[in-house]
Parts: sequence; C-alpha cells; structure tokens
Amino acid sequence: MSAASDLTILTAAELAKAIATGEASATAAIEAYLAAIDARDGAIGAYNEVFADRARARATSVDAGEITGPLAGVPIAVKDNMCTTYGRTTCASTYLATFEAPYDCTAVANLEAAGAVVLGKTNMDEFAMGSSTENSSTRMTRNPWDTDRVPGGSSGGSAAAVAAHLCAAALGSDTGGSIRQPAALCGIVGLKPTYGRVSRYGLVAFGSSLDQIGPMTRDVADAALLTRIIAGHDDRDATSLSEDVPDYAADLASGAAGLRIGLPTEFYTDALGGEVRSVIDQAIETYRAAGAETVEVSLPHSRIDIDADGKLSSFAVAAYYIICTAECSSNLARFDGVHYGHRTEEKVEDIIELYSRSRAESLGEEVKRRIMLGNYALSSGYYDAYYNKALKVRRLIANDFAAAFKHCDVILCATTPTPAFRIGEKTDDPLEMYLADIYTNSLNLAGLPGMSLPGGLSSDGLPVGIQLIGPVLGEPTLFRAGRAFEAASGTSRLTSPVIEGQS
Amino acid sequence: MSQPIDENMVRHIGTLSRIELTDDEVRTFAKQLGDVLEYFDKLQQLDTEDVAPMAHAVELTNVLADDAPRNGLSTEQALANAPQHERDFFRVPKVLGEGS
Repeated sequence: MSAASDLTILTAAELAKAIATGEASATAAIEAYLAAIDARDGAIGAYNEVFADRARARATSVDAGEITGPLAGVPIAVKDNMCTTYGRTTCASTYLATFEAPYDCTAVANLEAAGAVVLGKTNMDEFAMGSSTENSSTRMTRNPWDTDRVPGGSSGGSAAAVAAHLCAAALGSDTGGSIRQPAALCGIVGLKPTYGRVSRYGLVAFGSSLDQIGPMTRDVADAALLTRIIAGHDDRDATSLSEDVPDYAADLASGAAGLRIGLPTEFYTDALGGEVRSVIDQAIETYRAAGAETVEVSLPHSRIDIDADGKLSSFAVAAYYIICTAECSSNLARFDGVHYGHRTEEKVEDIIELYSRSRAESLGEEVKRRIMLGNYALSSGYYDAYYNKALKVRRLIANDFAAAFKHCDVILCATTPTPAFRIGEKTDDPLEMYLADIYTNSLNLAGLPGMSLPGGLSSDGLPVGIQLIGPVLGEPTLFRAGRAFEAASGTSRLTSPVIEGQS
Repeated sequence: MSQPIDENMVRHIGTLSRIELTDDEVRTFAKQLGDVLEYFDKLQQLDTEDVAPMAHAVELTNVLADDAPRNGLSTEQALANAPQHERDFFRVPKVLGEGS
C-alpha cells in the first residue's frame, strides 16, 4: 500500500492531527482522496460532482499556513442539497440540474471556516425523498459492502463515500432517518442532532419542522468533532437554538458505567426479528458488561407491530408521512419554472400551464407522489382528519419520549428493520420503502437527537446499525454512550470490502 | 374514514399541486396514494380528543431579528439562475385571462 492511500485510512480527527503536526501535507491528503475517487467511485457512484481544482487550491493554502483550524486540510463530502457558491446544488433533481446557488449553507461554511476542504457533492434521493438513493435523477449509488444493494437514503451518497473512504467524513441531512438509515446500511456513524441545534440556512427545505443537518463519519469521535463545528445559533435560521455548544469531546472517554439505558418495550416486539435483533441483543449485553444499567421504558405511540403477512406498522410512520408530505407540498411550491430551475420549452397559454408542465417534466415520481399526498392531506375537507390529527399524534409521541427520559439517560434500539436491501427490491411499492424508516421517524417528530453506529455484521457480512436516542440537547450523552460501545465491542471503523479489495 | 382515492380525485390533486399528469400516472398514483392513505387511517384508532396539535418539535415563539439593514441578493444574483428574464425582471407568460 502506498503512503498516499494510507492517508485515506485515517479518521478526520487523525488526519487533521497528521496535517497539523506536519506528518502529512494537506495536498497529499487531497491527492490521496482524488485518487481513491478515480479508482473506486465509478463502481460506487457516491459523488454527483467533485471539486478537484478548488480542493487542490485550498490544500495548497492549508500547506502554506493561510488556512488553519481544527479541520485544516481534511476532505469532507457534502450532500447535494446544501447550497454552495461553487459547483452546482442539484438535490439530484432534473429540476435543479444546472442550479448554482448564490449563497453558502451555514453548516458547510462553518466546516470550511474550520479549515475543512469540501471535496464534492454527494448523491441522494431527489429532494431527500427516499430511503435508498434510487430516487436520484443523476446516478445509481451502490453499497460499498455489496454493490448489488442500496446504500440507504436519502443521504446514500454521503454514507457510501464515508464507507468507501472517498472522503474523511461527510454531511448528510435527516428528515425522517436520512442520516441514520444509510449510516446503518453502510456501517458508519451518523448523527441527527436535536432539531434546531444546526442551522438549516442553505439546506434546501423538504420538511422544515423535521430537517436537520448532521455528520456522517467513521467513528463517534469524528461525529463529536464535526458536530461541535456545525452546531450553534444562526440568525438566518429563526428555528436554530441559542444554547451554547458544549465541547462534545469532553465526555467521550467517560465509559458506560452508571449510564441508564432505556429499552422501549414497543421497539422490542415481534417486528424486531432476525439478525438485527441478535445484533441489538448483543449490544445490550455489551453495555451491561461495561457497567451500564438497562431499564424498560414505554413509547406506546411509537409502537412497531408486524402482521401475519410480515407487514410492519407504526402510528409514528403514519403521522410522519402526513406531516412531511404536507410540509413538502408547501416547500416545493417554489419550484415553479420562473425564478430558477427547469422551465418547459413547450409553448404554454398561461402561467398555470407553465408551472404545471415545468414541474411535470422535471420532478421525479416519488417527489410528485409526496407533493400530491401533502396537498391531499391539507386540502379542504381532509385537513382535520389527516394533518391536524397527525400533529396531535406528534405531541403524544413527544410526550412519550419525555416521560421515558425521566427513567433513563439514553434509549437503545434498532436503526433499521433489516440490513441493506437489494437494488430495485422496494421501488414498486412506495409504502414498503416508507417502512425502512420505521425506527427513525419518531425522533424527527419529537425533535430528539439520534445516532446510528455500527453494531456488527449479519451472517452474510452486511453491517447492522444500532440507534441511540437522547433527550433534547442530549448529544453529549449520545457521544459518550456511542464511544463506550465502540470501545467495548470493537465494532467501530468497519472496513467495507471495496476498500479491502484495493489494499 | 377515507374512501379509496379515484382517478378524478388524483386529477384534482394534480391540479392543486400544479403538476400535469399523464393517464398512466393517474392510474398508478390512484393505486399508490390509496394504499398510503389507507395506512394513514391507522391514526383514527387513537383518541386525541384533548391533545393540542404540535406543529414544531422545539416550540419557540416570537423569534425577532435585530432591526438592522443588511444586504440581500443583488438583482444580478437573483436573476442569475432564471430560465428567462428581461432587463431586471423574471419573464412569465400571461398571468390574467381575457375578462379578468
């Protein structure tokens, strides 16, 4: 193995240290990653666009001492729904195929202010709507653990890029599981912070009361490092929280002893089966052996059931999809073919026809479905039965979590019902795809932080994630509990076969 | 509560959504939206009589910005991605009909 490819093995924190101490140059790091992208991204399809020239120029500035900071020279990938004034911001949609944003997303700008180098924009489900990245209009992204399988979604490109060592770390966005689910399926760490912890300014909106940007990394320490940098109040996002950002690395080494880990009865039903269950059961044992106490808690309105046909069901999924489609139908009304984006070239009679045809030509099937579901749920005569009902159930779900956290510090459960599924397996059945988020939706409704980290491998060698849930602003506990699990289980920093094949 | 959604309803929602639909799409969406709406009906099992709706996870109120001027986008920046523009304006087809 060459010295250059060695650099791609390091975590973001390790690489930052190597560059800061002069052990490696930023230029060598960028070149190593650009070479890895050349060698492997053809098979993976993680990136929509790579900023090679810009990244090289920034690396030169880092090496000249002109750019400094805790992430100086560290190559980061960014999901293609975060605005950057360089390159395009497409949301993997034909509608925005040529869109060049006039301003930078705050979270991305914060990373670069800390010295990071944005390497490129990663593929995703169009407008972040999907759980497999198959709803992208640009390319297919494959799971580095098995290229016949999906990487999860919607932040599938970021997850695959981290897992295939095509970046040191990445940003994703999570509306109903879009960071945690692909992180689980690709064997990496993914955190959805508390709602409002990270500014949404410059994140193309999908479900405004649910969306959060978060880190996708090789280990928990990197997640803590990146969160510290992207979190904080931003006066350009009125929903961003003003609480001080703590040093998330402070409690990393505190271990599991004394932690009260909540196990919600309703997440441990017959619906939790097979290999995911055995990974979770083992994680519970690992925590107990490390000195944590486990307590049974109850989240009745997030209960997950399975029927005789194997179909999963949950009130939270129903409430989530009503609320997110309602918010999306409103947010995506801005894509009108007038201000930016795709405009039909056909002759139209009036502006309504311009809107309707431009949208018909350039929005994908799932996006159309969700806009229509949302408009139905909000329309006269149905508003109370769907949207208002879902908002009431949302409160019941949030109340359940608040009650549970009186008895525990952190909740442990599955991230996904199964490991990565095959490409094409769920594309004909939208409802089936929605159920891939069944363990993650309720947190977004309640605004809580959640982190997926590698729990182990299934018998056929696919990663299985475990999910830790904290109370509002409970990120420090998540990092502590996550790091304690890594240390006790030895499952951190899994190496996907696509990397092993290279070395 | 919900009746299976028919093709006329799908066309109606398409109009509300400002999305032209092909006949194929109308058929496919009628089935798919019907399945999802049936799933949504599950919520009717829950008693929410005395529950206040929760529109936002972190319920902040009256977030005020400082009353200080700051620059927005320039006209040039605002028009840079416009598919069609003329002088300082976005170009659109006729908005009002004949007798309106």
